[in-house]
Amino acid sequence: MTHEAVNTTVQPVAESAPVVPQKPRKHAELRMTDALRRLLSNMGAPLVSFAIFLFAWSQIAEHVKVNFGSIPGPLAVWHQGVILWDEHWAERAKEAEFYKDLAKHRAEFLATHPGQTFPDIKYSGPPTYLDQICTSLETVFTGFLIGSLIAVPAGILCGLSRTIHNAFNPFIQIFKPVSPLAWLPIVMILVSALYNPPHPWFEKAFLSSAITVAMCSLWPTLINTALGVASIDKDYLNVARVLKLGWWKKTWRIVLPSALPYIFTGLRLSLGVGWMVLIAAEMLAQNPGLGKFVWDMFQNGSSDTLAQIMVAVFTIGIIGFALDRLMLLLQRLVSYDGGKI
Amino acid sequence: MSDYVELFNLTKTYPTPKGAAVIVQDFNLRIKKGEFVALIGHSGCGKSTVLSMLAGLNDISGGGIILAGKELSDAGPDRGVVFQSPCLLPWMTAFENVLLGVNQVFFTASKTERRQIAEYYLTVVGLGDAMHKRPPELSQGMKQRVGIARAFALSPKMLLLDEPFGMLDTLTRIELQQVLLDVWQRTKLTALMVTHDVDEAIFLADRVVMMTNGPAAGVGDTLPISFPRPRNRAALLENTEYYRCREYLITFLEERAHRKTSLAKAA
Ligand SMILES: Nc1ncnc2c1ncn2[C@@H]1O[C@H](COP(=O)(O)OP(=O)(O)OP(=O)(O)O)[C@@H](O)[C@H]1O
Ligand SMILES: [Mg+2]
Repeated sequence: MTHEAVNTTVQPVAESAPVVPQKPRKHAELRMTDALRRLLSNMGAPLVSFAIFLFAWSQIAEHVKVNFGSIPGPLAVWHQGVILWDEHWAERAKEAEFYKDLAKHRAEFLATHPGQTFPDIKYSGPPTYLDQICTSLETVFTGFLIGSLIAVPAGILCGLSRTIHNAFNPFIQIFKPVSPLAWLPIVMILVSALYNPPHPWFEKAFLSSAITVAMCSLWPTLINTALGVASIDKDYLNVARVLKLGWWKKTWRIVLPSALPYIFTGLRLSLGVGWMVLIAAEMLAQNPGLGKFVWDMFQNGSSDTLAQIMVAVFTIGIIGFALDRLMLLLQRLVSYDGGKI
Repeated sequence: MSDYVELFNLTKTYPTPKGAAVIVQDFNLRIKKGEFVALIGHSGCGKSTVLSMLAGLNDISGGGIILAGKELSDAGPDRGVVFQSPCLLPWMTAFENVLLGVNQVFFTASKTERRQIAEYYLTVVGLGDAMHKRPPELSQGMKQRVGIARAFALSPKMLLLDEPFGMLDTLTRIELQQVLLDVWQRTKLTALMVTHDVDEAIFLADRVVMMTNGPAAGVGDTLPISFPRPRNRAALLENTEYYRCREYLITFLEERAHRKTSLAKAA
């Protein structure tokens, strides 16, 4: 029995590791109980802990009072989520209505004023919660892309050459720990000074947030890429030397693929950091995403404020988790070792 | 026939805190074109060091190497190398691994020609059906077949093999010795092969070079092996000459390999 006890406690940690049976089992029934036990610990344990969490939360919600009334319980938060969802579709319906009217007006105008052009009017309703989520995702991916485009090549250079690594290292060490809240004002000032095209592609707030995300999230990719490139198997480099591969071919066909697992570990960490940083950046830069949503709700100070912010908290958490899984999937797809690291 | 490869006074020293460590000193060897030479010696005496200097993967401390009339200075695809571990690139299929080198050497050939070269050598080593698998899907023996195909596909001036079958079980080793001999028979590339295995040396080589023990190792003795080719293992095992060669090599390793050490100390 002691063996089995050990077994069940170990399993949740070794998620995908093959389960080595402690003793050979003779009966199919015993195997059944084993499978059941595993299922319980894999599926049951999180369910139980979630239930406990919900119960504790609702207990606290009932008994703690804050300025705006009481803390919302799970149900209130769920309700608020549904409201935000419904609002989105109501807004979409209004938008569709608006464009239908507009088309009618345009047809009438063009019929009565031939040869003239009808002004191009856009619907300008407030962004809904789902719009804000999309904005946040766009911003984080833009920032992540900028950061990665800098970090991967820089990391490769650092990994290939000790000298370049030594030259870069002080900057990496000094800038890595800087908080997004410190970068953002600098970025905003620079963006408003330098980014003034007549027909801007991006909002300034969007650009500032994205650049801040890039500044904060590029470090894990940079460091991991450099590590991956530096720790490339010497045999692989010998292959490149024997074949006299040129610099490009060596980097592209040998160094990069061999460092890919490391690079993707870095990218995964970077996207996680970027998503975390984004919320703070959006609050300060007033980029119309989830960060601004949280900030606006906080400023409103209505009785729904806490529930709305909690919806945002769960949204942020779930999206962050999904992004992480997405990167893991990508890593498995492109890495030769199937994403073991 | 004149000498094709010449190693003269080849020396390798490593700087250590206690002064330079002399691993190989005044190693002299001449190899004729198309000759297959095996290099044997005790573990750690410096066989791999000599081979990697020939491959250009290790700097030469003294002396020099001439290949086909030119002094070597760097690694290059004119020497096909087969290492003990095949070190295939795991993100490429066996075919791509071979093609990488072929593309590099035959860059003037057309794409189809280059693919044909890679396919030809993979088929010759017996991987016709498995050439589009990736290394993790291949057994150790199959990987080493790819390693052999990769080296031969370069059509190099010289072939360098460092214990290519050292990591294989006996049956696979015997199988691959035959594969190597077959491919070599077709191309007659000049070859230098490091091995621990006395039988392997006799079976494959035209000449066995015995190295003295380190430090300051050099050539202790050489033994010509004059069995006719193509060779047959079963026939060889019935030949008393085979056992004489075997005895000679083992005696050297057991008794005479140490001699130079005492000479070096005295000097
Ligand atoms: N970087 C180094 N610095 C100092 N000594 C080294 C270095 N590399 C190798 N050596 C020494 O050189 C000697 C020869 O090594 P080498 O690998 O050539 O031996 P070997 O004959 O191939 O042995 P084996 O049969 O085990 O493969 C060894 O004693 C080793 O300790
Ligand atoms: Mg060796």
